[in-house]
Formats: sequence, C-alpha cells, structure tokens
Amino acid sequence: MLKDREEVLKAVDKPASLGPDLEIKDYIREAKALYSCPVSSLPKEIADQSLKVGIRTDEKDRIGTYFQIDHSVVFQGFQKAFEGKIELMSTTEAIKKYDWLKDYWWKLIPANMDKYTALSELNWDHGYFIRVLENQKIMFPLQACLFISTNGLNQNVHNVVIIEPNSEAQIITGCTVHPNVQRGLHVGITEFYLKKGAKLTFTMIHNWAQNFDARPRTAVLLEDDATFVNNYICLKPVKSLQTYPVAYCKGSNSKARFNSIIFGVGNSNIDLGAKIVLQGPRSKGEVITHAIASDSSQIYSRGLLIGEHSDSKAHLECRGLLVSDRAFIHAIPELIGKVSGTELSHEAAVGKIAEEQIRYLMARGFSEAEARSLIVRGFMDVTIFGLPDALRDEMRRIVDETAKGVL
Amino acid sequence: MSSLSIENLSVEVNGKRILEGVNLAIPKGEVHVLFGPNASGKTSLLMTILGFPNYKVVSGEIWFNGVNITNMSTDERVRLGIGVAFQNPPAIRGVKLADILHNFLKSEPEAKKKEIELCETLNFTEDFLSRDLNLCFSGGEVKRSELLQILAQKPSFIMLDEPDSGVDVENLGVIGKVINDFLKERSGLLITHLGYILRYVKADKAHVLIEGKVACSGKPIKILDQILKEGYGWCEKCLKIEKKC
Repeated sequence: MLKDREEVLKAVDKPASLGPDLEIKDYIREAKALYSCPVSSLPKEIADQSLKVGIRTDEKDRIGTYFQIDHSVVFQGFQKAFEGKIELMSTTEAIKKYDWLKDYWWKLIPANMDKYTALSELNWDHGYFIRVLENQKIMFPLQACLFISTNGLNQNVHNVVIIEPNSEAQIITGCTVHPNVQRGLHVGITEFYLKKGAKLTFTMIHNWAQNFDARPRTAVLLEDDATFVNNYICLKPVKSLQTYPVAYCKGSNSKARFNSIIFGVGNSNIDLGAKIVLQGPRSKGEVITHAIASDSSQIYSRGLLIGEHSDSKAHLECRGLLVSDRAFIHAIPELIGKVSGTELSHEAAVGKIAEEQIRYLMARGFSEAEARSLIVRGFMDVTIFGLPDALRDEMRRIVDETAKGVL
Repeated sequence: MSSLSIENLSVEVNGKRILEGVNLAIPKGEVHVLFGPNASGKTSLLMTILGFPNYKVVSGEIWFNGVNITNMSTDERVRLGIGVAFQNPPAIRGVKLADILHNFLKSEPEAKKKEIELCETLNFTEDFLSRDLNLCFSGGEVKRSELLQILAQKPSFIMLDEPDSGVDVENLGVIGKVINDFLKERSGLLITHLGYILRYVKADKAHVLIEGKVACSGKPIKILDQILKEGYGWCEKCLKIEKKC
C-alpha cells in the first residue's frame, strides 16, 4: 500500500461532493480470472463492443494496446518498432518494475478525496501505465480498453500516463461493457504528467449501460510548453456518471483543452465538469462542452477556470440542447481570477432546437424529423476535437453509428 | 399554365394580418420582381409560398404547376420544385454545406464531381463544404452558398430574397451571372431593393407590395426608375386610388 492506510480508510464512507451517492456494497467484487490472449482472438461480442468505443481488436492504425476485462489484464503490447520509444503495461506491473513510479502515484489526486478514490486504493484492479520516452513523436494512437463483462461488478483502475520531454502521442481509451451487463461501478483514476514540450491528445469514449455507474477521477500536470487535449464522448445510457477532471497548467506556455460531447438518454444522470488552473506564464485553457439532453436525462455541465498567473488566458463554452421537455440541463460555468492580468471568459447557452433552423433545412428538402436529426447530429460534430483527419473520421463514424441508435 | 399562381391570398402571423388579397401569376419561363418598402410583406410572401407554419393562410390559395400547395409542408413543396435563396439564413453549428448538397445530389451519378464543379462555379474551394452552415460566413459567402444549394437542387421555380444586398462588386458579378444562367428556361420571383441584380437578370414583370397588398404591376425597369426617383410614396398614392400603373 502506497498511501497512509489510515487516511484512506477514513474516506471509505466519504461521499463525493458532486453526483448521486452510491452504496459501494451494492456492487460485487468477485470476477472470474481471465487469461491473457492475443487481442485479435477476443470473442466477437467483445470486439464489437470495443469497436464502438474506438478500440480496434485488429489493431489497425494502432501502435499498441492495453486490454483489461473486469479485474484481469488480457492483453498488453505494442509494435516492435516502438521498443525503446514507448512503454505500455499494467500499473500493477509498472509499480513493481519502477520504484520511481511512487513519485507519480496519487500525486495529483488525493487518495482520500472521496469514497471512490479510497475504494480504488483499497481494491485496486490494475489499470494502464503508458510512458512515451523523450523526443518521440508517435503519430498513430495507442489504445486502452477497460471492459466489464460481469454484471454488477465493481472495477477500480488506476492509470498513469507520462509523456517525457518533447514527445508527442495520441491515446484512445474506451470504457464499455458486455451486452449482458446492465449494472456495475467503474472507478477510474488517471494521472497524466506532461513534461516540457510534451503533447498529448487523449480521446475517451464511454458506452455504459442503463443501470451502470461511473466515477472517473482525472488530473493532469503540464510543464513548460506542454499541450494536453482531452476529448470525451458519452452518448449511451448510464445510470450516473460524475467526473470533474482538472488540468494544472504549471509550466510557462502550457495549454490544456477539454472538449466533450455528451448525450443524455433515458434516465441518465450525468455530472460532467472540467477545471483548468492557470499557474504558469502564458498558460492557456479552453473548455468546450456540447451537451444534448433527451428523454428524462439530467445533465450538469460544469466548468471552472482559475487564473493564478497574471499572464494567462482561458475560455469556457457550454452549449446545451434540450430535445425533451422532461430533460434537464444545468450549465454551471465558473471563473476565478486570482491576479490582475488573467483573462477568463465564458459563454453558455441552453435551449431547444431553433425553429428557424428546422424551417431552413425543410426548405432544403429535409422532412421535419430529418432536419431535427441533422441538427442534433451536427451538435455532436467531432470537428471540435481538432483530431488528425483519419482519427476524426473514425470518431465521426462512431458518433454517427451511436447516434443512429439513440435518435 | 402558370408556374406559380397566387389567388386572393391573405396571411396572418401571430394574429396580425400581413398579406391582404394578394393575386400574382408567374407564367412558366418568366421572372418577376417584387419591390416594396421595408416591412411591406415581401419576405412574408416568400415564406408563405414555402409554407412556413407561422405564416397562417386565412384565405386564398397557392398553386404550383397546377397543384394546390396551400396546405403542403415545406419539404413537400421543395420536392415539387420550389427553391429559395434566403436573405439572412440561420447559422447551424455542426451541419455542413456538404450535408445539404449530398441530400440534393444523392441520386446523381458522380455526385462528388458535381459538387466540386458547383463549388468552382461559385468561386468556392472544396473545403468550404466542410464549414458549419452559415456560421461566420461573409455577406458574399452567404449569398453564394444559398445559390450553390439552389444549383444542386435544380428547382423549376426559384425565389431569391435580396441576392444583391451586402455584396461587393466582384461577388455581385458572380452571383448575377449564375442567377441569369440558371433562370434560363426556369421561372423565378426576385426581391430587390435597389435593383443591382437587374443589371444581370432579365426580368419580365415587377410588382410593388405596399402594406401587404399588390399596389401595382408593370415593367421592372420602369417601376424601379420611378421608385428610385420618387420613393414608395408614389406607389402608396397608386394604392389609394386603386389603379394599375
């Protein structure tokens, strides 16, 4: 155990400050141990579900894969050409291998923050360790899948990503469940460290189930000239999802950006935030959230920009679209300027589809239903992610496929 | 047979009468111009022809190519062959110009090639198609984008709401030429304030709309000259004594 156990134990019943409080004992901890296998030999239903969250079991256009099912690491590996350039393994293995990893473990997120961080520390079920070594430009994505195949299961992963100086990488993480899984709890701790001049585009897709709960806890530390882009997509039903990732732009000229596209379906309760702390000179931040609430879903879209350096700038944009009178969107943009000279701004808009837009598209020959669908899908346009063309098209296909099912 | 025929049309928006007993017939192959001061009902007439639901027809009928379209939905009318270039189209985030062109061209062979040709006709580079619809378009881009959509749709009757407003000389030249070429063997209804577009487009007849009524009809150039010389006060007089110019 790497943390003071007593401190962690004190937090086991501590509710999170946001989101519905969950009874941990309602979830099971027993999962069948699974043996490792080539990722290409995973059963079709697992491969199909994974593909919907951007994880390719054929590994086409991917240079490495981490695949965890329930509490078992079933695959970890990358192309030989990248040996000495990247490292990819489970955090359980990495922590045994590298004594120095303790300097990156629970350093950005307190293990006693709430019952979910405590749960993750006390019942840790692997997670991925990805490290891109110095001066490496990795142009194709690495992928990590956190999969749940046992109904009612609690899975707690702790991930660490380190991008060493002047390196560049893309990571896709897909979190999803087997079609038979209806409920469960996923807790994901992810700590990102971007060294001087490092660049990371991290794209995460969640596809949960009607009665599934998720509590990701994410934090990012950016050194000088580092750039972090976080893209998040959640379009499928989830019982409750609460997350509030934070980026600390500590270095000079560091930049963090959080882009999110969320679609509330059924009775989903989604509480999604993003916080950027501008600490370094010329640090910059941007938060863009597009939230669509349908059926009886409830979406809280939070954003917090904190300017702690006199030469810093950030902008927050939240757009909410209500497509049902039973749905609910609460946009909560917050700006805290602690020094003069910091420039923080926000814009938030919540409303229904403008009639004028529907009429315009009908004047182009679309039926009213087609026009509404086109507008909603446009609202989920992945262009906001700023991804390379191939990955953008792949994400667009995923969103379109998912949208077909929910619209 | 008329392409478009409007008979004794009266229209209300939110209970307020905005068009009163309008009669208008545009024969096939003819282009008519609609003049009128601000808020006289010109755009409202176009919206009514399109069947926008907040324009409530309280009396009269609209016929298109011999079909009574008065109670049809907008998309049905458009599929019959009515096209429109709006004056101020709304911006729609995430919806691309390409989405609209794909819809019009989906059944055509070599649709992609056709799209590129249309872009070239209107001085657009292909990447313009992936821009969000009307978002941060310049005045000239809005007008050319509206025409681009009409060219892809290929309607038999087109309505153009001030295609020449807020457009610089170069754009006006492009727009004028495209409209003139497109209108050959087609019918149209054109709204213009200052008549710049009439330097490029040959119109057959003009109508002046005052307070929701057709005050007079006649030769486009003659009416335009008169309006530019004397303003719409001249037409209001006409309306009062209820005579044709």
